[in-house]
Amino acid sequence: MTDLERHAYDVLVIGAGGSGLRAAIEAREAGLRVAIVCKSLFGKAHTVMAEGGIAASMGNSNPHDNWQVHFGDTMRGGKFLNNPRMAELHAKEAPRRVWELETYGALFDRTPEGKISQRNFGGHEYARLAHVGDRTGLELIRTLQQKIVSLQQEDEREFGDAEARLKVFMELTITELMHDGGAPDGPVSGAFGYWRESGRFVLFDAPAVVLATGGIGKSFKVTSNSWEYTGDGHALALRAGAKLINMEFVQFHPTGMVWPPSVKGILVTESVRGDGGVLRNSEGKRFMFEYVPEVFRGQYATTEEEADGWYEDPEHNKRPPELLPRDEVARAINSEVKEGRGSEHGGVFLDVSTRLPADEIKRRLPSMHHQFLELADVDITAQPMEVGPTCHYVMGGIEVDPDTGASSVPGLFAVGEVTGGMHGSNRLGGNSLGDLLVFGQRTGAGAAAYAAAASKDRPTVIDASIDAVTATAEEPFQREGGESPYTLHQELQQVMNDLVGIIRREPEMQEALDKLADIRERAAHLSVEGRRQFNPGWHLALDLRNMLQVSECVARSALERQESRGGHTREDFPGMDAKWRSVNLACHLDPATGMVQLTRQQVPTIRDDLMHLFERSELEKYFTTEELADFQDVRQGEDDQS
Amino acid sequence: MTYDGHFRVWRGDDGGELVDYTVEVNEGEVVLDIIHRLQATQTPDLAVRWNCKAGKCGSCSAEINGHPRLMCMTRMSIFEEADTITVTPMRTFPVIRDLVTDVSYNYEKARQIPAFEPPADLEPGEYRMAQVDVGRSQEFRKCIECFLCQDVCHVIRDHEDNKAAYAGPRFFIRAAELAMHPLDARNDRATFARDQQGVGLCNITKCCTEVCPENITITDNAIIPMKERVVDRHYDPLVWLGNKIRRREH
Amino acid sequence: MTQDLAQGVNARGRAKIGARTLRTDRWWLAPVLTVTGLTLWVIYAVVRASMQSDYFVPAYHYLSPFSSPCLSDSCVAGSSLFGTPFGAWPPLIPFAILTLPFLLLFRLSCYYYRKAYYRSYWQSPPACAVAEPHKKYTGETRAPLILQNAHRYFWYAAVIISLINTWDAVEAFHGKGGGIGFGLGTLIMVVNVVLLWGYTLGCHSCRNITAGRLTHFSRHPIRYGLWQQVSRLNAHHMGFAWATLASLVVTDLYIALVAGGAFSDFRFFN
Repeated sequence: MTDLERHAYDVLVIGAGGSGLRAAIEAREAGLRVAIVCKSLFGKAHTVMAEGGIAASMGNSNPHDNWQVHFGDTMRGGKFLNNPRMAELHAKEAPRRVWELETYGALFDRTPEGKISQRNFGGHEYARLAHVGDRTGLELIRTLQQKIVSLQQEDEREFGDAEARLKVFMELTITELMHDGGAPDGPVSGAFGYWRESGRFVLFDAPAVVLATGGIGKSFKVTSNSWEYTGDGHALALRAGAKLINMEFVQFHPTGMVWPPSVKGILVTESVRGDGGVLRNSEGKRFMFEYVPEVFRGQYATTEEEADGWYEDPEHNKRPPELLPRDEVARAINSEVKEGRGSEHGGVFLDVSTRLPADEIKRRLPSMHHQFLELADVDITAQPMEVGPTCHYVMGGIEVDPDTGASSVPGLFAVGEVTGGMHGSNRLGGNSLGDLLVFGQRTGAGAAAYAAAASKDRPTVIDASIDAVTATAEEPFQREGGESPYTLHQELQQVMNDLVGIIRREPEMQEALDKLADIRERAAHLSVEGRRQFNPGWHLALDLRNMLQVSECVARSALERQESRGGHTREDFPGMDAKWRSVNLACHLDPATGMVQLTRQQVPTIRDDLMHLFERSELEKYFTTEELADFQDVRQGEDDQS
Repeated sequence: MTYDGHFRVWRGDDGGELVDYTVEVNEGEVVLDIIHRLQATQTPDLAVRWNCKAGKCGSCSAEINGHPRLMCMTRMSIFEEADTITVTPMRTFPVIRDLVTDVSYNYEKARQIPAFEPPADLEPGEYRMAQVDVGRSQEFRKCIECFLCQDVCHVIRDHEDNKAAYAGPRFFIRAAELAMHPLDARNDRATFARDQQGVGLCNITKCCTEVCPENITITDNAIIPMKERVVDRHYDPLVWLGNKIRRREH
Repeated sequence: MTQDLAQGVNARGRAKIGARTLRTDRWWLAPVLTVTGLTLWVIYAVVRASMQSDYFVPAYHYLSPFSSPCLSDSCVAGSSLFGTPFGAWPPLIPFAILTLPFLLLFRLSCYYYRKAYYRSYWQSPPACAVAEPHKKYTGETRAPLILQNAHRYFWYAAVIISLINTWDAVEAFHGKGGGIGFGLGTLIMVVNVVLLWGYTLGCHSCRNITAGRLTHFSRHPIRYGLWQQVSRLNAHHMGFAWATLASLVVTDLYIALVAGGAFSDFRFFN
């Protein structure tokens, strides 16, 4: 092992997006030594792509807002499949986490009174999203990045070494987690990876590992996600013995660019609709009025006049149906296109130009204006955009303890998109940035507490484990004449897109599983040219293994769940089935064969006080009669303390 | 609308060379699409940084026909079909391999700027700032850290020896952002810009503004205001006197 | 142009591309135009300011900006609006010797002109991403360039001079044989003065002085309002810089031709 670089830390955070950075800050402020590892440069994480805002019930725009309302919206959005404790913590703590960002130097857009301005978003009852134009994610990542730098400056003053307690390892990929003493079911003891630049192998010894690797979008062809989103954390956790839940729920954002082909999938922020953008089909019809589902009847406008009135006077008008949760809008667009009422390039029209003056559009949606002008020659202040669904977010992920972010594997923690439960079957826009901050803080604290306790008797990494993972990483170079990882990746994306996409059918998913098995077989024989130094082909070959494992979890879970709910739509089971509401599908690897397996488990029950935030009449749409047998419609006091 | 385009791409490390390729080009594509097609079909080990492919993350900085640009925002339609398009790494930073450069200079400079200092008398949630007061700093916070402004700045591009003393446009806008932040508790931002960041080395020739993919008015809205604040602080006896008399900072 | 390969854009560790630039467009055009324009203008200004003739049209009180204010006994009768505190003037020395140096320094230290001449005359850099020919570079950190920091003091002077020019323009509403009149010369002088104000008030130092140096616009609404107006002008500072060079030449040339008798002023009224 002459080529191995070794580092020892208390907490290793894998991923430098919003959740990873927030967790690292918390663990470092607890006094521990923390390493952050990321595949890209520091500050480039996918969080920068988040546009709309951070949902937090600060009540700046509407004083009626509070955590209970936010909790209710989150549960409705997730169709009551959410882990209720996570939704509760999120709703309660998001405002504090947002205010904290201001102490790090963040500059949100302001209300006339000088408070943080909040905007409307799909599924949120009140204007709730703290935002900075349409580049909120960039603000979040930059703020956290600069907070990290300030902590490093403290260490520079105290120890003369900026990286004494917090170091960022940029452009480094983790390929495997290590277990104490090499026991596959033991606590984690660190992680193994390689420098993308040199190909040199690196081992981190750490009693606590936080996975903050984001999502899996790169398994799909049309996606708003970047190359980094290869499901690394999902797969690392699977191989380390943890469980993934809710993997069938993949969010297709209703509005991605559809033209030109090279930008297909790039996100068009929901703020366009929040700020007045309307969806029309090729006949010029505002079709969303036709697609308000039964459970949301009564909450959304039924006429254009009422919908238009809402932007000015939300107290006396109902919300426009363009602001339904994302799954509803994505399905509606999909149907319109399928029934021949789509645009030339297979999308529908999203128009904000008729609703706002040009200057206002440029001020509120500057990056959208820029993006369309530069990439599609479309001036959104004068023309409609062509949009269609794009794979955006995975609701499913590692099952964790809501309060600490701990997974079922001792020492392994997870936070952000890589976790499952918080968003149930469908995430509301604006809830992901809140998720990163709230659970970033909690998981950082959880991992720090665990690592501090483990510091006396640190888990170890044995040489045999290192040899094994090194061999796995080098395998693609040992073979000759195999297929290119690029070819296999393209095939995988096509399979997932076509067969396990936005609308699913049993025979197609069966076919997908067969094809995945075939690709997995061929991937075991692929070969890579060149050397380990900055070799994208090799990097993809290693990432491909993760994508395949995760894709199989998605396909198996999707096949198993015989109903439609949130980010999972079955053509053969179009309705939502209350019997499925209480079921989580958990995916894990069979320790003997290493193959993906599914088990059913109970969704955590909702505490009584939380249940009573809803009316019985609403709960009846989601719950079985037996589940509601003891439920009495007694509203709790409004002064319920948080 | 498909044609075979001619490309010259830098291959190798500092001793590498420009290599000619013929690659398929389709309607609506950007230079980054071509680089990806090269990877997938001819040169699987071509090193390139990229992430979002939407001009939001600032990873795919390079020089295209000598112009510092984001590859994902450079549409092929701006070229003629017969043109040979030369793609090189940024020439101000050491090259690692192919189109990937070592941009650690920027991270070192970022770490030297004193962080935002929160006001001592306000708790989280009590911050009140007017939109007109945060607007200026918000412009600078649009920065996606593509480092094209750093790449094009002749102060370091043409003079390696200035790197130690010079922070570059990206960090002048950071300095300006903090100097104009309504609640930043430090009042030595201008002095820092002069003494530690070398803002005096800048001769405001505006190339940073020209290349900024976010259209940040770097020179007029950040560098010149910082230079003027330096004058306020260090070169203008009248302002100095005024501040002495009124005993206050702006 | 000789380039040391171990230096600058080919310094150690960087991609050894060798070429000074890989730009394929006409990047040299802008510096060539700048040098040509500025050099021609300076030649014209030096010649005209030192000619000491054809700078005043007594009938309509047209006074050339290159000779304003005219403060010596040598000035043509009627051209000295502010008296003649100085005696006879030696030849070749411009009558406006008290103001011209400040105007020159105002423009020399102007943030726009700095860019223009650093790029074109000094080639530092000649164009973006084109290597400059110099080995050493110290920017504006040392004498004499550190004096660029005095820009605002030259701006103060420029404001006073612009007021004088404004007065000159008001005087130009002079009719034949007294009373109010209005001719093409008047119009040219007014346009020139408007452009001069556009340039002077759009100055970056002025922007700093109005409110740029404040941290809280919201606490100084009047100054903020001024700053917004100045910023609007400032966005076109380059345009004003060139437009005023042109308008100064046009104003002076027109007056010279009328004063020299090449043609007579076109009168709209009296």
